[in-house]
Amino acid sequence: MATTLAKAEESVEYAARLEHVSKSFAGPGGQQLVLDDISIDVAPGEFVTLLGASGCGKSTLLNLVAGLDKPTVGSIATDGRPSLMFQEHALFPWLTAGKNIELALKLRGVPKNERRDRTEELLELVRLKGAYGKRVHELSGGMRQRAALARALAQESNLLLMDEPFSALDAITRDVLHDELTRIWTETGVSVLFVTHNVREAVRLAQRVILLSSRPGRIAREWTVDIPQPRRIEDAPVAELSLEITDVLRGEIRRHGQH
Amino acid sequence: MASTETTPAQDSGSVEAGLDALETTATGRTPFSQTFKNKILPPITAVAVVLVAWALLYPVVDNPSKLPSPSDVWGEVEDQWLKGTLLEYIWGSVSRGLLGFLLALAIGTPLGLVVARVKFVRAAIGPILSGLQSLPSVAWVAPAVIWLGLNNSVMFTVILLGAVPSIANGLVSGVDQVPPLFLRAGRTLGATGLRGTWHIVMPAALPGYVAGLKQGWAFSWRSLMAAEIIAQSPDMGMGLGQLLEVGRTNSSMATVFLAILLILFVGIAIDLLIFSPLERWVLRSRGLLVKS
Repeated sequence: MATTLAKAEESVEYAARLEHVSKSFAGPGGQQLVLDDISIDVAPGEFVTLLGASGCGKSTLLNLVAGLDKPTVGSIATDGRPSLMFQEHALFPWLTAGKNIELALKLRGVPKNERRDRTEELLELVRLKGAYGKRVHELSGGMRQRAALARALAQESNLLLMDEPFSALDAITRDVLHDELTRIWTETGVSVLFVTHNVREAVRLAQRVILLSSRPGRIAREWTVDIPQPRRIEDAPVAELSLEITDVLRGEIRRHGQH
Repeated sequence: MASTETTPAQDSGSVEAGLDALETTATGRTPFSQTFKNKILPPITAVAVVLVAWALLYPVVDNPSKLPSPSDVWGEVEDQWLKGTLLEYIWGSVSRGLLGFLLALAIGTPLGLVVARVKFVRAAIGPILSGLQSLPSVAWVAPAVIWLGLNNSVMFTVILLGAVPSIANGLVSGVDQVPPLFLRAGRTLGATGLRGTWHIVMPAALPGYVAGLKQGWAFSWRSLMAAEIIAQSPDMGMGLGQLLEVGRTNSSMATVFLAILLILFVGIAIDLLIFSPLERWVLRSRGLLVKS
């Protein structure tokens, strides 16, 4: 009993742990350093956003955490295989919305007789009840991203990686999806590592905002967001903190123009 | 205000329902009258125009050994039908063609998959496979007869050499066009190796594959007809190519015309009945078919 407890405690220590991670790619003129000495801990159930301008290596970092690529230096540990949500929905167009989710369950090894019920539950969670048989092209942009979220949640990983998932949506849909993501995060207790270049989005969603500098990507600064959820993107404290972060971000970007 | 107060979650839920309703467009079936006007009437008109032109040209040429009249050809149809040989000719060719095509499918599919996925194999035989497509498979009839003798295996050899490259190449280009995003998404879901091929690569490559099948059938049919016309032997059974050759040796232009029309007709019919619906179904289910 004592040993299992200790084990459980050990496994819930972090959802993701990045230690001194660097990544370089072969580019014109030799090796190009994209990420430089990144160390981040994501606690179980925590919501962290990575914020940065273009060239900060946000997507590279997510690929590393997702295990799609390996760091040049440093180590990355995650509590199980993380699920990943992309900027584009990446739903498979040859399957219906429901079948997309079922495929994720199948690949995870969920028995056949449980898949349909679990899929319906997930569709209900993202408020897509009745969309089981819908083809991907029959769904609106917001519905597609919600179906993609349901598919990612179907993996039941402890860590959900999100790569600018709402950046291609219109403002109204995006606001609604922020509410939904906050609700689902609260309901499921999943840890989220969310990448964005939108400062307000970062503050609206996260418990912790990490600002990355560009070329190479380094951790520039970190903020803890103490504003109670549910927040709205128009809330004064959100706007206030966004302003502060934006100023720092602009300063980071400005450095690249001074040569 | 107090009476309409809702929690933020309920509020966003109802806004979301509204957005979903606004952004989803209902799709219905097109009525038959419109299908008739857009899809069925034009080809019927085209055939009618050709028949009229033919009937007008017949008295001008005035030489039944060069241009038979439409009614002569129709008479030939009736004649063959009453003798019971018409269906025999058609079935002889169609059964060979479809059997050969299925063989080509069984060989071309794994071949295409290996060429698409294994770099070494691709570099080795990819160019040859594309090159074979431009080589008319009729060229193989002579060596095939010498190697295999005058029998049905000549037909199947020629069909395979015509159709396998098309099917394999269709699958290769289908696989090449799979968006990398699907592969990444598949990998994060745990679809790697054979599972990735089965659940992601194959279905994603289906449109290119079906296009390859369509072309493969056209090549099969063409190759078969050429082989039937060239390789003549009494113990090879009846086929449309043989019918054409019979017409030529009997100097019956009506029979030759009948054979040509039937070859054309069967080729189109198989395409319309099997491959076009298959292609439309694949494209429509992915929202790739633009309604005109």
